[in-house]
Amino acid sequence: MTDDGDRQAPPGRSPSSVRAVTDAGRRTPWPLGVPAAVAVAFLLLPLAGMFVLAPWRDLPRILAESQAVEALRLSLVTASVTTVISVVVGVPLAWVLARSRGRAIRLLRALVTLPLVLPPVVGGVALLLAYGRNGIAGRWLYDWTGYQIPFTTAAVVVAQTFVAMPFLVVTVEGALRSADAGLEEAAATLGARPVTTFRRVTLPLVAPSLAAGAVLCWARALGEFGATITFAGNLPGVTQAMPSAVYRAFETDPPAAVALSLVLLTVSVAVLVLLRDRWLRPGAGL
Amino acid sequence: MTARADGEPATGGALRADVGVVRGGFDLEVRADVRAGEILAVLGPNGAGKSTLLRALAGLLPVSRGRVTVGDQTWDDADRGTFVPAVDRRVGLVFQDYRLFPHLTVLDNVAFSRHVRGGRRPDARAHAREVLERLGIEELSARGPGQLSGGQAQRVALARALASDPRLLLLDEPLAALDARTRLEIRTELRGYLATFGGPTLVVTHDPLEAMVLADRILVLEGGRAVQEGVPAAVARRPATEYVARLVGLNLYRGAMTDRSTGRVDLDDGGRLFAAGHDPDDGGGHVVPLPATRMLVAVAPTAISLYTHSPDAGSARNVWTGTVAGLELLTDRVRVAVDGTPDAIVDITPAALADLELRTGQQVWLTAKATEVTAYPAPG
Repeated sequence: MTDDGDRQAPPGRSPSSVRAVTDAGRRTPWPLGVPAAVAVAFLLLPLAGMFVLAPWRDLPRILAESQAVEALRLSLVTASVTTVISVVVGVPLAWVLARSRGRAIRLLRALVTLPLVLPPVVGGVALLLAYGRNGIAGRWLYDWTGYQIPFTTAAVVVAQTFVAMPFLVVTVEGALRSADAGLEEAAATLGARPVTTFRRVTLPLVAPSLAAGAVLCWARALGEFGATITFAGNLPGVTQAMPSAVYRAFETDPPAAVALSLVLLTVSVAVLVLLRDRWLRPGAGL
Repeated sequence: MTARADGEPATGGALRADVGVVRGGFDLEVRADVRAGEILAVLGPNGAGKSTLLRALAGLLPVSRGRVTVGDQTWDDADRGTFVPAVDRRVGLVFQDYRLFPHLTVLDNVAFSRHVRGGRRPDARAHAREVLERLGIEELSARGPGQLSGGQAQRVALARALASDPRLLLLDEPLAALDARTRLEIRTELRGYLATFGGPTLVVTHDPLEAMVLADRILVLEGGRAVQEGVPAAVARRPATEYVARLVGLNLYRGAMTDRSTGRVDLDDGGRLFAAGHDPDDGGGHVVPLPATRMLVAVAPTAISLYTHSPDAGSARNVWTGTVAGLELLTDRVRVAVDGTPDAIVDITPAALADLELRTGQQVWLTAKATEVTAYPAPG
């Protein structure tokens, strides 16, 4: 009541004076504006530094000489494979989490999203203990097939999937949760079995979120460093993806590191553009 | 198709439901039989169990007790553990909020059922087009559900249900989501559309007018129990409960007949009424109440006259006094609530209101001719 009363024009006043009052109410007060400006400066300065100090003139030569192309190719391939795997197993997982009830499911949700908050390097250690040659699962794999995952290109994908898939799962799960279960019920009365309903009704409804989740997953996989370097190592051409290449270059040839970073920054900006409708719109959530 | 053991043809396709559903403290016990081609309205207040019944019939909710059969098919049999899920029931359910698939065009919404049941897409679409034409809405085919008005969405939802070749058609508050004006238009149309369906139809509603206009028969549900069942005219004229009386706008009293010759009924809450009203449904009065039989007495608000002074000793046999408890302006008349023995709702014209200068708390005299007062045995 009071709120409404405040917003309404008092009788006799012209609309323009009301407009002025409203605009004044939207002006940012300085106790909020100043810290906000500091935050903006803090976030943008590193990017500015990169642009200012980048070896622009030597950029083509540096990129050609370094293992940038190879690392970029590896990164793009592994991140894409990771995204495909994450969609194939992550979407069904999201469906189970969204549609099931009970304490066990809540616990499961917490566990599968743990990699979101787990330091990636810890993830890498955990992956070694699970899928390493002496790991609880890797041991059997080695005994039976003679194959070991660590320090192969497959290990890069494993590390990236471990870290990136939860991003896709939580995004899609949120969409499934808010998707209208009533439509699934309607589909059932029209003779659609659960799998058909999922394919023809549920999936199209969450398609925008699935796309966003996939892009997010891909971007996270592309930037994965901690788990990858622990579990897969840093072998050029085999396991050296872009972040590892930047890390290696920084020790030996800093200008090359900056050049490689610029490439990754470009990819990030592209991702942001892809997701702009979703994230840059005020009030939009995951 | 084969005939059933009891000789009823399978093509009859009547719905026979005698079910109990227990659901978190609420229990529903109801029997509903609907012939093929017949429309039954289930009328009741919110929380009466209407939606529970609907969901049980649709197979979205298993019954705790009883059987549901349609034609020669058993959909639910709690004793034998038979439960056919919604997906296999062939039930056309029109949801209150329509639930059209937002990512599909109107045509593909209507074609959905045939397509997911294994039909080829062109065939399903051709059939959908036929159904849309039958309902006169083929021009909506290419639109998305978001581009439909409420009335159009309602028709598309019905088309989608009819296009699924249902054996049973269920409508959940079909007009509730429409604005008053559209509701008026659609209500009469809907009756025509429903007539195109040859199987049993069950319409759930809380709106008595909707039930009267749409249905061949009305089943009144209160607190999970059927309290009255009959053709609309009978339900409107002889309401069995206060809820129904309020819906159809009648004063209803409970009492006991104490004098058969004069039709005197002593009311439970005090007062008495002489009832000589004749109910055309009685067919000459085959219901002859014995003295002291539990009776219901119905009086229309328009059948009661209201005076601000003691009326002349006249023709009306029922005369009593009361005080004005409230006034409500309806579209073409004024509804006066009177506290008295018994209480009554009286409808007068706005002109009469001006003449009488009524105000709350004022003493008034009420009269009703015995011939305008209908008494009938209380059910149960």
